[in-house]
Amino acid sequence: MIHDFGIVWSERSLLLSGLGNTTILSVLSAVAALLLGFVLTPALMSKQRWLAGAVRGFVDVMRCVPFLLFAYIVYYGWPSLGIRLDNWTSGLIALTVYNAAYMAEILRGAWTAQPREPIEAGVAFGFSNVALFRRIVLPPLLLAAGPVIGNQIIQIIKDSAFLTIIALPELTHAASSIQSRHYVPFAAFITAVFLYWGLCLVIEAGVSSIDRLAAARR
Amino acid sequence: MSAGDMLAMLGGAVVTVTLSLTGILIGLPIGLGLAVLRWADVPVIARIVTVYVSILRATPLVTLLLLLFFALPNIGIAIDPISAAILALVMNTAAFNCEVWRASLMNFPKDQYEAAQSVGMGAGLRFRRIVLPQIARVSLPGLVNEMSLLIKVTPVLAVVGVVDITRAAVRIGAETYDPLPPLLVAVALYAPIVFALVSLQRWIERRQVMAEAAA
Repeated sequence: MIHDFGIVWSERSLLLSGLGNTTILSVLSAVAALLLGFVLTPALMSKQRWLAGAVRGFVDVMRCVPFLLFAYIVYYGWPSLGIRLDNWTSGLIALTVYNAAYMAEILRGAWTAQPREPIEAGVAFGFSNVALFRRIVLPPLLLAAGPVIGNQIIQIIKDSAFLTIIALPELTHAASSIQSRHYVPFAAFITAVFLYWGLCLVIEAGVSSIDRLAAARR
Repeated sequence: MSAGDMLAMLGGAVVTVTLSLTGILIGLPIGLGLAVLRWADVPVIARIVTVYVSILRATPLVTLLLLLFFALPNIGIAIDPISAAILALVMNTAAFNCEVWRASLMNFPKDQYEAAQSVGMGAGLRFRRIVLPQIARVSLPGLVNEMSLLIKVTPVLAVVGVVDITRAAVRIGAETYDPLPPLLVAVALYAPIVFALVSLQRWIERRQVMAEAAA
């Protein structure tokens, strides 16, 4: 057993590059999904019926479709429509678009729960639209939605493991190739599990520090 | 896509639903058991459960499934794809269910528990008659939410060779050199299942709000 872990240790560069790729994928798509969510949320709450309806339809479909199936559609299905992407681009697009729907829904929930008074006071003080959003709406919104966004980022990390199926060299893929090369399944995959755990603990620590910040401001 | 392909996909849907239901039915009581162990603060075991839940909640189902499928035979436990799939689903969903159960156990009003004690109910009876019916009601929306999440991760089971909706779709796509139609059929099969669960969750929440307002 110790010997097996020795083999995994000798392949640590592969595992670490897998961990690096998982981190890069998750961070990039989390940031992109959050930004896209900020575009979708106002559309979701728009008074224009057709716009709100269209975005609502997109969000609801995404929330009913398994991520893996969506990734398959982007990677294997889109070429039928003439859109051919490599596995990195497909993976990033799939993660981003899929999670943008969840982020939009999270932000909408936090937004509607915000008190109206500070926004009205901001309008009364003559804040322009952009400044109003940036200085008055955004900070409490992010603090309130922080924990849920953190959970969604953990979800993104776990979703990124599915991309091993389209041969993206992330952490699970690295563990898989170590196991197939040396036949040390337990050591390879349990190491991957602990690396995922570590990654998620980092996110959780980040969320609880945001929580403390929010509590201090209250 | 031929009629035979459609039948293959429907067969995949039966497998997906059966595996999900099995995972849910086994995972639900195990999750409750784990939650009670943590709630009762059983020495050592409660700590182990805490770590187990923390790790399992951070582990992608693919990684867990590959670990079980390849490592168990290695230590002499033969396992077929279906059993590995069910075991992975149960381990995963039990951890998430534990958190839902625990949250409602923590919020359970202590005075009721003490009242039951004062009329001489034993621990087992107290739990069955007083605690369980109430926490089951509070936990229900969270548990249904867990079920819809569970169904959304089942496509992963195809990795070890379980022929579910996704695997059937990918296979038909490879045979016909046109992957988009079977994948869209797969979406049309998953979406109603997940949507039904999401609607059920909203319906339960609405009913509970109404019941509270009436009380």
